[in-house]
Amino acid sequence: MRLLNRSAGRLSRHRRGPLAGLLVIIAGLLLTGGLFTAIVNTTAQADETASSADQVAQGRDLFLVSCAFCHGQNGEGIRTEDGNQIGPSLVGVGAAAVDFQVGTGRMPMAQPGAQVPSKPELFDDEETAALAAYVASLGPGPAIPTEEDYSIEGLSDEEREAAISRGGQIFLTNCTACHNFEGSGGAMPHGGYAPNLHETSARHIYEAMLTGPQNMPNFANGNLSPDEKRDVIAYLYSLREMPNYGGFGLGGLGPVPEGMAAWLLGIGLLVGFAIWIAAHTTRTNKKKVDA
Amino acid sequence: MSTPPVTDGHSHDEPVDENLPARDDLYANPGLEEHHWRPTDVDPKAEKRAERQVAALFTLSALCTVLLLVAYFTIDADDTIGGLGAQNLAFGLCLAGALLGIGIGIIQWARKLMADVEIVEYRHPAASSEEDRAVTIQALSDGLEESGIGRRPLVRNSLLGAVGLLGLPAVVFLRDLGPTNAQVVANPPFPGSGLEHTVWTKGMRVVRDVVGSPIRPSDLEIGDLVNAEPEALFNGGEDGEPMEGVALQVAKSKGAVVVVRIEPDEITPGKGRENWSVDGILCYSKICTHVGCPISLYERTTHHLLCPCHQSTFDLADSARVVFGPAARPLPQLALAVDDEGYLVAQADFDEPVGPSYWERG
Amino acid sequence: MDTSKVANSNTTTAATAKKPSKAAAAATWADERLGIATMAKKNLRKVFPDHWSFMLGEIALWSFVVLLLTGVFLTLWFTPSMGEVQYNGTYEQLRGVHMSEAFASTLRISFDVRGGLLMRQMHHWSAMLFIASMMIHLLRVFFTGAYRKPRELNWVIGSLLLLLGTLEGFTGYSLPDDLLSGTGVRAADGFIKASPVVGTYMSFFLFGGEFPGESIIPRLYTIHVLLIPGLLLALIAAHMLLLVYHKHTQWPGPGRTEKNVVGYPMLPVYAAKAGGFFFIVFGVTALLGGLLSINPVWKYGPYDPSKVTAGSQPDWYMGWPDGALRIMPGIETHIWGYTISWNVMLPILVLPLLMFTILMLLPFIDAWITGDKREHHLLERPRNAPTRTALMVALMTMYGLFWIAGGNDIIAIKLHSSINQITYFLRMAVFVGPVIAFLITRRWCIALQRKDNETLLHGYETGIIMRSPEGGYSERHLPLPESRAYTLTARERDPALNGGPEGTDANGIPAPGKGRLAGLQHRVRTLWYADNVQKPTPAELEDGHHHADHEHELQEGVEGHAADGHQFDGHHLVEDETLRNH
Repeated sequence: MRLLNRSAGRLSRHRRGPLAGLLVIIAGLLLTGGLFTAIVNTTAQADETASSADQVAQGRDLFLVSCAFCHGQNGEGIRTEDGNQIGPSLVGVGAAAVDFQVGTGRMPMAQPGAQVPSKPELFDDEETAALAAYVASLGPGPAIPTEEDYSIEGLSDEEREAAISRGGQIFLTNCTACHNFEGSGGAMPHGGYAPNLHETSARHIYEAMLTGPQNMPNFANGNLSPDEKRDVIAYLYSLREMPNYGGFGLGGLGPVPEGMAAWLLGIGLLVGFAIWIAAHTTRTNKKKVDA
Repeated sequence: MSTPPVTDGHSHDEPVDENLPARDDLYANPGLEEHHWRPTDVDPKAEKRAERQVAALFTLSALCTVLLLVAYFTIDADDTIGGLGAQNLAFGLCLAGALLGIGIGIIQWARKLMADVEIVEYRHPAASSEEDRAVTIQALSDGLEESGIGRRPLVRNSLLGAVGLLGLPAVVFLRDLGPTNAQVVANPPFPGSGLEHTVWTKGMRVVRDVVGSPIRPSDLEIGDLVNAEPEALFNGGEDGEPMEGVALQVAKSKGAVVVVRIEPDEITPGKGRENWSVDGILCYSKICTHVGCPISLYERTTHHLLCPCHQSTFDLADSARVVFGPAARPLPQLALAVDDEGYLVAQADFDEPVGPSYWERG
Repeated sequence: MDTSKVANSNTTTAATAKKPSKAAAAATWADERLGIATMAKKNLRKVFPDHWSFMLGEIALWSFVVLLLTGVFLTLWFTPSMGEVQYNGTYEQLRGVHMSEAFASTLRISFDVRGGLLMRQMHHWSAMLFIASMMIHLLRVFFTGAYRKPRELNWVIGSLLLLLGTLEGFTGYSLPDDLLSGTGVRAADGFIKASPVVGTYMSFFLFGGEFPGESIIPRLYTIHVLLIPGLLLALIAAHMLLLVYHKHTQWPGPGRTEKNVVGYPMLPVYAAKAGGFFFIVFGVTALLGGLLSINPVWKYGPYDPSKVTAGSQPDWYMGWPDGALRIMPGIETHIWGYTISWNVMLPILVLPLLMFTILMLLPFIDAWITGDKREHHLLERPRNAPTRTALMVALMTMYGLFWIAGGNDIIAIKLHSSINQITYFLRMAVFVGPVIAFLITRRWCIALQRKDNETLLHGYETGIIMRSPEGGYSERHLPLPESRAYTLTARERDPALNGGPEGTDANGIPAPGKGRLAGLQHRVRTLWYADNVQKPTPAELEDGHHHADHEHELQEGVEGHAADGHQFDGHHLVEDETLRNH
């Protein structure tokens, strides 16, 4: 009894201490957070097959606000009187196209021009998924690829090496004409360009090949099979991981920056040395005393 | 302060051109400037310091050489540093240090320590003296006279003729550098030899490059671009094996094609070419008609094909006519058909030579 | 000028004979067999003038030596064969790929031979430096008039060296048989085929049959390793010999005349500077080779006639013909069953040949226009030959615009513009640009000449502003130091053009035999010298000095005193202060 009394008194004292309130709040937060996490499942489903009607509805709301102005209330596209297009029809472009365009920030387009540049995304992953689901609901089209589609994780070393090697040959045949040997990009007519691929994610590369954004041709699965697409992505990633064996890469654009470096750095340094060599050295007014 | 002109700079054997005024120096040549010594010339301590500096540079160079040798035996080819290959970086920097150390050291030695009093040397006219010239001309004419070459035109001309003729074998013996186009066409080393032919024949399947799989029309969507090759590349070698070596390269350099699918409304078929496409699928030579680079920069919406080398642009929906750039002829078109199994095949070889223009092309 | 005290050593006491040294013993041994003392006597202490712009040719010379050294290294591992092999070496991304032996051996050099990649990169960088330095050396020689008699032949040799260097570079970077250089070879085949009449024959002979065949790489190897280096060595030797014989030109200045050379002796100073510069050129090349990646052929992959990369350019020194090719409109003529490809012939066959011929003939054209047949060993400042300077600047502008055209697709993506617009602009600019450049440069030179004259006549601007008691401001001018004034006036006057070509009588009738060209020559000569500002006549100089003296009188109160503006207000004493002068 005595022990209890004593400890109870001690506790009682602490209950009115300055830290007590803080401890209660922390405990309360932990409790509610823990309960919430345990009970509510919040992971978003980006899988086409699991899109819910809610997602489509959310996507439609976002679409009406951000996209309908150019693409029409139902994604049917808008034409001017002369037959020019303000925004193309999105019926049948599929979730993959939306995931690419919105995920790389290209859409919503900020200003008209020869080509839409990639820029910081306006929508987060959940919203992008919702938009994709909505557009997919307008008409059947290419689905967003899963990681198995574009990853070579599960392959043996030999298979991986073969995939990378084959991917390189496919890349050099189909892609380098526009995107350059290292994916540094290239010029297209009238201000268009094939963009730099150095920072593009695997999923977006896959989707671009699949859907042919803007002026890029399609490489549908009947043209380049999913395995071939995977191999191309594997090759590109291997290029990214590869060290620059010879030194700084000068942008990976070939002989033009190399020539500039030769002139500016090489000749610049050497002419600088020449000026130093032939320059007058320090002079003094003192006279030489003969030994 | 005007001074009378100094003696003019001409030597007397130079041709005097009346139209050119004599050199008139408005000021007399003040002569070499008084020499100013350098600190290292007058101050022994500065001199010693410069010596040490130069020696330090040479020592630094030696150090870099040693480092280079150490790096050679210790750094592996797959070591990296900061994303760069460590081997190349280390070798390059050490070698640079070794060389620059010696170079800068020698220059410093010259600038700080070697004598730097300017000295004067005299020029001589580029021409020899009159006497020498006279003697030489005399010798020359004596020699020629004694040879009789002036007086004996029969001997001289027949010699010239003989020597001139000898030049011919020097050129003619190069004849076997290679066959001519006509010879290659007459005796084709492999199918499709000669500038006017390719390996394409009637019924040959159009297959995807690298993988070699044949194509069905249903595989392609509108806007697709396929880089394709004749099937012979993959099974036209001995015993149905893939082609290899020179035959493969030559076949590729003329047989490579691009296959595109365009909305049929947008296509303007060429005259007589209405049945060369299959459901809006068209096939053109991939080899630019300018100087032969392969083209596959395709703009889906405009259906223009751009060559990366010199920016020739072709409109694939309009028989690949040139819409921009230095090319002068449209890309040859390959007539397509579908075989029994539903795969795309060629109806025949191209109806014109593929690739860059040449004189006899017609 | 008293020349009796010309120094030939650096000490102030007479040289005394010493005990025969080891060097002397070796020299004696050699001389007893080779008789080199006579030649050496003249050349060991040969004088070379010192100026940084005289070292540009040295950059070319030393980079050639670097090319030889690194090139020999590469030949020990390179296989010049187009035989097909399947790669199974170190570089993973190309394992299993079929390629030529040339490409495979290049991969081996890059990844399996220690130092191989460095040597490859150094070889490529020094090739670029070789050609670039030849070009700036050419420009220096031209702008200073050093190509005039007696050095015209050396100019011709130099032009040939530039051409050979360019070809050497092209054959060299085509040897690895990679995608980028192979595309260049393909284009070269297209150029050859476009030649009228003999085009296909030349193409088939060069390639040993149809493109690509299997002979081109071995043949380019022979050209690159044997034929052109042999020619280069011979021409460089001739170039150097002429330089030694004629002695180097020099800038006018105190102590320098057309008849002497002032500078440092070959041994030790010039040899040290030149030798040291060799190490520096070598070292800078090693720096570039170690730090900057060049020609990463493993990323291009082996050459394949059906593959290509965006940004396909030749190396920079072929950039200008490539540019001309890009902006040329697509014109072809088909007559009588034959094709004349103007679109390829004009930019690739006609234009470079024309430009090169004009380049080689420049000294002779210059001599014809100016009629100047004297020897020249003193250099001219570019501003003192405005038309000549402007002409070269116009040629440089044309070259530069074609060069830019060669990179039009890279410019388009980097500057976010349209390649079509760039092409249209350049089609116009290559004609208009040089004309504008010519006019601007010429006027600029003339303006600079006027400035020089002003300085001669009125003195240099000291930056000290004087205020007169009445309140007027003026800037104090001081006469140039004698050496500077001499240097500025040590140039020639342009010839008087007496209103008619030489050899005509008072009525302008040309004397027989001097006919048609004489009239043209006279007109061109008039234009050549038009508007040139001559150096002052003695009378003008007198006037100028009188005027200056007069000004000095007016400012006598402060003659020799610092002019900080407080001379008249008694703020401080200025008795012993002196004006700055150069």
